[in-house]
Amino acid sequence: MSILYFLIGCSVLLALIFLIAFFWAMKNGQNDDTYTPGVRILFDDDIPLKTKSDKDH
Amino acid sequence: MNNLSPQAETEVTKQCYHCGNDCLDEQYHFDEKEFCCIGCQSVYQILSENQLCNYYVYNNNPGKTQSDKLSHYDYLDEPKISAALVDYSDDTISIITLYIPAIHCSSCLWLLEHLYKINSSIVNSRIDFLKKQVSITFKHHELSLSGLVIMLSSIGYEPVISLQDVVKEQNKVSDRDLIKKIAVAGFCFGNVMLLSFPEYFGLAGFEYQFKSFFGWLNLVFAIPVVFYSGRDYFISAWKNLRNKVLNLDFPLALGIAIMLIRSLYEIISGTGAGFVDTLCGLVFFLLIGRWVQQRTYHHLSFERDYRSYFPVAVTLISEGSEKPIPMDELKVGDRILIRNNEVIPADTILMKGDAVIDFSFVTGESSPVQKVLGEIVYAGGRQINEAIELEVIKPVSQSYLTSLWNNEAFEGKRKKINTFSDTVSRYFSVVLLLIAFGSAAFWWISSENLKAWQSFTAVLIIACPCALALSSPFTLSAVLSIFDRNKFYLKNTAIVEQLARINTLVFDKTGTITAPEGFKISFEGDLNYEEKCLISSLARNSGHPLSREMVKWIRINEYYPVSSYKEIPGKGIEGMVGKKLVRIGSASFLNIKTANTDTGTVYIQIDDHYAGYFSFRQKWRPGLKELFAKLSNSMGLHLLSGDQDTEREFLLPAFPWKDQMHFKQSPQNKLDYIKALQQIDKKVMMLGDGLNDAGALKQSDLGIAVTDNLNNFSPGCDAILDGAGFEKLPRFIQQAKDAIKVIHISFGISITYNIIGLFFAVQGLLSPLFAAILMPLSTVTIISFTSIATHLFARKNKLT
Repeated sequence: MSILYFLIGCSVLLALIFLIAFFWAMKNGQNDDTYTPGVRILFDDDIPLKTKSDKDH
Repeated sequence: MNNLSPQAETEVTKQCYHCGNDCLDEQYHFDEKEFCCIGCQSVYQILSENQLCNYYVYNNNPGKTQSDKLSHYDYLDEPKISAALVDYSDDTISIITLYIPAIHCSSCLWLLEHLYKINSSIVNSRIDFLKKQVSITFKHHELSLSGLVIMLSSIGYEPVISLQDVVKEQNKVSDRDLIKKIAVAGFCFGNVMLLSFPEYFGLAGFEYQFKSFFGWLNLVFAIPVVFYSGRDYFISAWKNLRNKVLNLDFPLALGIAIMLIRSLYEIISGTGAGFVDTLCGLVFFLLIGRWVQQRTYHHLSFERDYRSYFPVAVTLISEGSEKPIPMDELKVGDRILIRNNEVIPADTILMKGDAVIDFSFVTGESSPVQKVLGEIVYAGGRQINEAIELEVIKPVSQSYLTSLWNNEAFEGKRKKINTFSDTVSRYFSVVLLLIAFGSAAFWWISSENLKAWQSFTAVLIIACPCALALSSPFTLSAVLSIFDRNKFYLKNTAIVEQLARINTLVFDKTGTITAPEGFKISFEGDLNYEEKCLISSLARNSGHPLSREMVKWIRINEYYPVSSYKEIPGKGIEGMVGKKLVRIGSASFLNIKTANTDTGTVYIQIDDHYAGYFSFRQKWRPGLKELFAKLSNSMGLHLLSGDQDTEREFLLPAFPWKDQMHFKQSPQNKLDYIKALQQIDKKVMMLGDGLNDAGALKQSDLGIAVTDNLNNFSPGCDAILDGAGFEKLPRFIQQAKDAIKVIHISFGISITYNIIGLFFAVQGLLSPLFAAILMPLSTVTIISFTSIATHLFARKNKLT
């Protein structure tokens, strides 16, 4: 059963890594603006411009 | 992307391709597209030259109307001013963050992030959509700051640069701090729960070797929770104790401390499992409650004062040359130049030029005032004629306007709102300590020392008012989000409790109970068809709102050519229409002698023949009469206005309390009026809109700024109400009262849990497992009860 010591150590370490990753993300400002990136990703690099005839009715 | 939806277009009026407004005159065509004004057309031209027409693909008519004129930005190139505005600067590049209220759709986002296509000196631009901010990196040797701002203005995104931007506030930091604390507490809570489960289910004999290992590990996790995440509770409790106040943080801090001490004792001595699981859960839930309570509106500011209304710099005239200087360097005796549409920053004397000044924001009086040479011009007015020269007679901070803010009555007297939980916690802590010491004394007298220690700590642990501390934040923040959906924005949660206590309402008139646009027009006199054509032909040349209303009212689409057109701001317009001289304007403009000084009256003269007058009445907000009727059942209503009392008779049908209606009120009068009401123990809520109400808003128990455009300036206040939500005011008040009911009931629930727990605790029978179940159970009950009940009440009040 001594393997439990090792396993618990692993699980705590893993959780700690996630905590540090979260801190890192906070510090980088990833949570500061949660709205804009969602809109930004929807833009195409360049939409081929529609011809005037189909834009105006 | 709604570009496929059919455009609602009537045959008569065409929509502007850029901004979507109706094209009143069909003069502006470009690329087979219609524009309402030259501004919109030029924006389109700039964009199409730079292959940025995708702007129009993401949304229909994404622009904002461009009829406003451009301002002067030379002052931005003063090193002192630009240094204060720029976030970062090195040898080649600068980074600046600008607030642009016009940002409103995905097209804006796309265009402002493609600025580099218009000017290659712009390296990068990033938008924060909710804050309506754009952060631009540019090469400052190739593009000056003023050049950048002028370019933004030319494509319709004029940034707002005000003194309050210069004094940048950093309230973001505390928010991040709290989230970090929650993360740590959550991390420890999860791990501790995992390690505590074996203890809950009972350990088999051969597993006992793990018991102390789990215990010690738990203690390790408890350390950061207490000393990092829970630190604020100790600090706050200590501060309040020193000020001889018992707030809810005191029993919380005591509970946390006792839990840690007892866990340390049990685990080190090997006598028990300790309460680390309860401890971590408690701190975690408490912090969540605190986080929920902190609601920030990125697009709103409640702390604005005159600094955000005043310009950053002013043009100084010294020895014949013009030079922009920062506002705070303005001294008495300086001579300044104020151009058309600029705000006068200090009390001054008019030295040169024709001053016609719009004081609507300061006094509420809607018509511009003409000043003669040598007259004193107070700060806050906006010049709407040609450039004028003024001499400063008082420093900016001591002008008539700013002194309202710096009124010493407000100094050090921050509005203290006594919340329900403040009141309760005073008694709670005392009762708690009495029970704890009482039970300890009982067992000690019966000479059971261990039981005395156990019951004492158990009482403090189980009675830790976690559920109580959470009931207010969760209820109030639910109310806040319900109000938010109905366009009523509160500064913080305590305002809800204040709203429930209000018994007197004071309304400002202009801009608060009047609708933002549209007038009731009536004409006195007879007009034949031809005369109507004459008036309409002349009036359509003017951009003045009253002229536009006149054209709409006459509704004739036959126009005569107009020559020698002249517009005298604040007075009227004249011109030759065909062969006739038509003059439209105020009585003094037309030299008509009349007793009527009402500013809403516009006289018509055609070839020396007086044809009659239009009178314009402001429209009230929809449902105003019902609103007054409903509110008057439970509250006293008062009305204050800076205007002349010509509107009195029109208001009386809706507002029948003659004695409570006052006209010609100066900002100071309004403030004093509120003070007088408060002295007879009234809880006063003030609703106002302009700088002229700022003092009153601050003095009142609850100041609400009513605005029709959230991007516009609104004075410092406790809450901002969108004009569209004005009708719902009685329902907001009812909802606030219901929220207090919810808090009272949930207080009852959490006390019940506490009593159940105390029943076991005083007997010294509290097991860690029992505490670990009771604490989260009561917390979850409170959270779900408060949010469900609040939303049920919202449905009852039709506020969903």
